[in-house]
Amino acid sequence: MNNEALADGTAVIELQNIEKTFQLGDQTVHALDGVNLRVMKGEYVSVMGPSGSGKSTMLNMLGLLDKPDRGNYRLAGHETTTMDEEQRARWRREQIGFVFQSFHLVPRLTAQENIELPMLLEGLAPRERHNKASDVMARLGLSDRGKHLPNQLSGGQRQRVAIARAIVMRPALLLADEPTGNLDSRSGTDVIELLEELNRTGITLVVVTHDAQLGERARRHVRMVDGRVAAE
Amino acid sequence: MRPMDLLQFSTQTLLRQRFRGLMILIAMGLGVAAVMILTALGQGARGYVMNEFAAIGTNVLAMFPGRQETTGGMPPPMGAAARDITIDEAFLLQRRVSSITAVAPLIVGSARVGYAERAREVSVLGTSALFFKIRHLTVGQGNALPDGDFRVASGEAVIGEKLKRELFEAKPAIGEFLRIGDSRFRVVGILTGRGDAMGMDLSDAVIIPVAASQRLFNAAGLFRVLIELREGTSAPDAIKRIEAAMQDFHQGELDVTVISPDSMRATFDGILIAMTLAVSAIGAISLFVAGILIMNVMLITVSQRTREIGLLKALGASSTDIMRIFLTEAMLLTGMGALVGVLFGFAVVKTARAFIPTVPFDAPGWAITAAVITALLTGLGFSWLPARRASLLQPVDALQKP
Ligand SMILES: Nc1ncnc2c1ncn2[C@@H]1O[C@H](COP(=O)(O)OP(=O)(O)O)[C@@H](O)[C@H]1O
Ligand SMILES: [Mg+2]
Repeated sequence: MNNEALADGTAVIELQNIEKTFQLGDQTVHALDGVNLRVMKGEYVSVMGPSGSGKSTMLNMLGLLDKPDRGNYRLAGHETTTMDEEQRARWRREQIGFVFQSFHLVPRLTAQENIELPMLLEGLAPRERHNKASDVMARLGLSDRGKHLPNQLSGGQRQRVAIARAIVMRPALLLADEPTGNLDSRSGTDVIELLEELNRTGITLVVVTHDAQLGERARRHVRMVDGRVAAE
Repeated sequence: MRPMDLLQFSTQTLLRQRFRGLMILIAMGLGVAAVMILTALGQGARGYVMNEFAAIGTNVLAMFPGRQETTGGMPPPMGAAARDITIDEAFLLQRRVSSITAVAPLIVGSARVGYAERAREVSVLGTSALFFKIRHLTVGQGNALPDGDFRVASGEAVIGEKLKRELFEAKPAIGEFLRIGDSRFRVVGILTGRGDAMGMDLSDAVIIPVAASQRLFNAAGLFRVLIELREGTSAPDAIKRIEAAMQDFHQGELDVTVISPDSMRATFDGILIAMTLAVSAIGAISLFVAGILIMNVMLITVSQRTREIGLLKALGASSTDIMRIFLTEAMLLTGMGALVGVLFGFAVVKTARAFIPTVPFDAPGWAITAAVITALLTGLGFSWLPARRASLLQPVDALQKP
């Protein structure tokens, strides 16, 4: 599957009755309690809701980082709950970009090496990796930061590197969990504008945020309460 | 991941965590070096003993007073109460047993040897001409002891080259007279080299006819008799006949032991090979210990890098990728450790050989190969569990680790 291969108006994400519980001591937490959600190709969705309402848990499901206890998740028309770990890894590698609140850069690798990681895992040739990374860095204004280590970059720059890494494989789906949570408002706005710009090029974007102002910018708002989608 | 990328990725990781790398490197290196050095020691001891036997020759028997029942064992301690073997008996034996070509009776002791105003206390060996042949002694100048009847206490002496230097310096020694104890001996030959015999350094010794040494030391019996057999004679047969003859000489009592160095050599060889393997195994234990260290260090690494593992999984690394990353790291470390160990081991073996040239220390190829392979397998085996643990982490759990 490829971003371009999916016709407009096709569902990228179809969640049906997703349930997920966690065991906290002898207490069972229903992090997701029957979630239904459908996101079309090219959509820009913000997910909001109080802390502990299951936003991150749902985004992890969408990114195939976690498995639901019950329910179905079709990604670009493919049922994911029956996939084995290797298939899920492949989908993550090729079709999903993930941006985390805490950046998650590998500290001992330079910005460019961090951006090349997904391509390294994919097994692309060094030359191709280099070219693609350079392209993305140029697009994101990181060209002169390639050789810097993460601790030599500002928060905003780090998140840019993380976004570059998330999109370098040209995934169909870009997921961001509180991407501005660790940034000041100015670089936060920058990052959101960058994500929106990427969305305009056709990538499907789901952003989790508790910042109402940022959330309002999305064309579609999903509100979660107590592990359910409460309102759209 | 491509193999080259994997290697580069792991190398980069190792370079950033030098302490951990260094620890494994040292542990593995010491393990491999221990196996090499201990094996070299065992091989050296074996080579040393085998050389000693090789110097005796294969068709030579040794007879000494006293009876020792276990065949192929060590000679009994000196001074064991037993009837002496006399020079005459040695001579008669040669007549009696037809498979004997020659005998070399031996008496050893030490005496004051002087020339002009110089004198030294040195080892004195009383024997016959055959001894020179059996021990492959090289006479540089002059001749060996005369080949005649060794019952005659004639006054010839062959001296070692060190003794020659000490007594004569650069002056010619052949034909000169030495004082040994109260007697005078004429120097007829000078030995070249050490000519080790029974732990004695012959370069600083005198060899005189056995009958003369008997008189010198006032000794009743022989210390040992070396017996050369005719080519193609069966040693066990000859031993039986020699024992029968000696029993005859000693009024029916069998109180001598005749051994064949060949059988002794086989016994020794067996013992020394077993010993070599045993010490190598001890060395291998240190490899095992190194393996446990690797496992612990890798477990710590996996725990420290849990978030990174989670990230790699989120970016699409498969379990196999993660497994490979950690195994490659462990193998790189182990391989380097083994290399360092081999180099260190070689250095030690070489140094030992330089300091003790008579012992042929040698780390054999099989031991090095076995040590390196054991090290690599240990590294692989002990890092398997940590690597597997890493590969099975759920991405979301790994990412959320504080
Ligand atoms: N790994 C976990 N173990 C136990 N409980 C968890 C775990 N992850 C999330 N939870 C619980 O699930 C609920 C939803 O969490 P989360 O999805 O992180 O909420 P949000 O992102 O909306 O703040 C919370 O009650 C949280 O404590
Ligand atoms: Mg959250």
